[in-house]
Amino acid sequence: MGLLSKKDAALITDPLLDNNPITIQVLGICSALAITAELKASIVMAVSVMFVLGLGNVVISLMRNIIPSKIRIIVQLIVVATLVIIVDLVLKAFAYELSKTLSVFVGLIITNCIIMGRFEAFALGNGPWRSFLDGIGNAVGYGIILIAVGFFRELLGSGTLLGFKVLGDPIEKTGLYAIGYENNGFMLLSPMALIVVGIIIWIQRSKNKSLIEEA
Amino acid sequence: MSLKQNLHNLKEKYKGTKMAPAFNAIHTFLYLPNEVTHGGTHIKAADDLKRTMNIVIMALIPCLLFGMFNAGYQHYAAIDGSLRTDVLANFFTWDNLWIGIIKVLPLVIVSYAVGLIVEFIFAVIKGHEVEEGYLVTGMLVPLIVPVDTPLWMLSVAVVFGVVIGKEVFGGTGMNILNPALTIRAFLFFAYPTWMSGDKVWVHDAVNRVGTPDAISGETILGSYAQNQEVIYSNWDKFMGFIPGSVGETSTLLILLGAAFLIFTKVGSWRIIVSTFIGAAVMGLIFNQIVAADVITESSKFYGLMNTVWYEHLMIGGLAFGAVYMATDPVTASQTNKGKWIYGFLIGFISIMIRVFNPAYPEGVFLAILLMNVFAPTIDHYVVQGNVKKRLKRTKVKTA
Repeated sequence: MGLLSKKDAALITDPLLDNNPITIQVLGICSALAITAELKASIVMAVSVMFVLGLGNVVISLMRNIIPSKIRIIVQLIVVATLVIIVDLVLKAFAYELSKTLSVFVGLIITNCIIMGRFEAFALGNGPWRSFLDGIGNAVGYGIILIAVGFFRELLGSGTLLGFKVLGDPIEKTGLYAIGYENNGFMLLSPMALIVVGIIIWIQRSKNKSLIEEA
Repeated sequence: MSLKQNLHNLKEKYKGTKMAPAFNAIHTFLYLPNEVTHGGTHIKAADDLKRTMNIVIMALIPCLLFGMFNAGYQHYAAIDGSLRTDVLANFFTWDNLWIGIIKVLPLVIVSYAVGLIVEFIFAVIKGHEVEEGYLVTGMLVPLIVPVDTPLWMLSVAVVFGVVIGKEVFGGTGMNILNPALTIRAFLFFAYPTWMSGDKVWVHDAVNRVGTPDAISGETILGSYAQNQEVIYSNWDKFMGFIPGSVGETSTLLILLGAAFLIFTKVGSWRIIVSTFIGAAVMGLIFNQIVAADVITESSKFYGLMNTVWYEHLMIGGLAFGAVYMATDPVTASQTNKGKWIYGFLIGFISIMIRVFNPAYPEGVFLAILLMNVFAPTIDHYVVQGNVKKRLKRTKVKTA
């Protein structure tokens, strides 16, 4: 790798698969269940978390030597909260409809375990560049799962992708609907998101047996 | 060469290979295996899993046959109401059976075909023998869905139910939820327009909406929920000449099946009896609430609360659920005391859901699924209670 050393590249590639925050560490599940009924919301959520986690990691990493360890959680919270408020206000200004769909979940990025987890586990002990890579890597790993879940839930639940009617029109009975296909309402309910995440975890662990925990 | 010999040869040929479970399953399904266990002590008993499953299927056959006639009868009676004046003369007719054959049999065939394919695939991948667990599930599923359920929906639901409801937990005997009810729940939440409302329970009612030939397919529970009178007598309700899911309308045949299951010791009489008691108690409580004038006729709960308690036992899927679903030995409580609690709560909660959720009066499957989840907890406390009791007894003695 020209741009990144092998060790730095691993910071980005590891969280994508073998150390994925959702499927392996099982963090950030709440938002994965709550907002993935639409692909668009999943993508926006993934980008927001990437922004917050990437920048937040850099900020915490820069301050890591001056934060007294007794109050570090509060400092971390302030950093996240600031970044989340920026995201929230940007969404409200430029994508109001979408920010209504995401509702409280943008605000709840603050409590997303992945973010505090990375601050604690990585940014407090590493330099800003490596922390930035780590933040982006974890956010992308989180985003991939979110987008995959959102893809299946929107496609099977509403028959659309990003709002486009890819399977035909359910009311005018075109496309697949002409031959009797119907949308699966269960896909839009949160339990189904849990099952989809579960299936992803299942497939991943059956491909890579070393990920299976000892019973 | 006979079929048996052929199957045996195939089995020998594929022994030790990946496909072996598939051939073993076909062979043992049709014939008694000719292997004997070598060495050690072993118990010989006739009531193996295959026998148990076959007994349940035998108990279900009358419900299936009745359901086939009833599918046709409800269809024709909805078109021509005068058929209802002489039920017995108009029920067991070839026309009725024909509707049953073209509508109900495909449900049975698809349910078995899809479910067994999934079972075979899992057996081959995981390298264990195909288990008999699906034989009963495959028969239960067609009996608890509306007659016009599209076959592809049933297939999707069966794949979901068998994989998520059973195989992820480790296959037959390891599942927490009853697979047949998981399938029913999936259908209900995924395709509510096909699973509830007043049009799905009678064959062809959906297609006729908005045409001059429109027919009603309202179930009794649906009518009661809206506080309307129904045209069916208690006799109709008990015998099962009423619209509903394919095989769950006839309380009489379900009770006969229950007697058969109890006689052969396959079904637990404690669960069956306690479920009916639980439902009756809840029904009585609601009747008392109405009698005490706590709620008025304008309340949306009035219709079903005012339903006489013994009617609650005959309408909807309560009897079917109590006899064939709640008694599933894998998902029910194992201890005798636990069975009483488990069954009672199923009946109790069923009627509660039925009354308090007028949009969906059929709460039996939800109640059973809920108690499936709690069954191990109930058992745990029953066992712990017994342990404590005995400890206390020994302490008293030594003191």
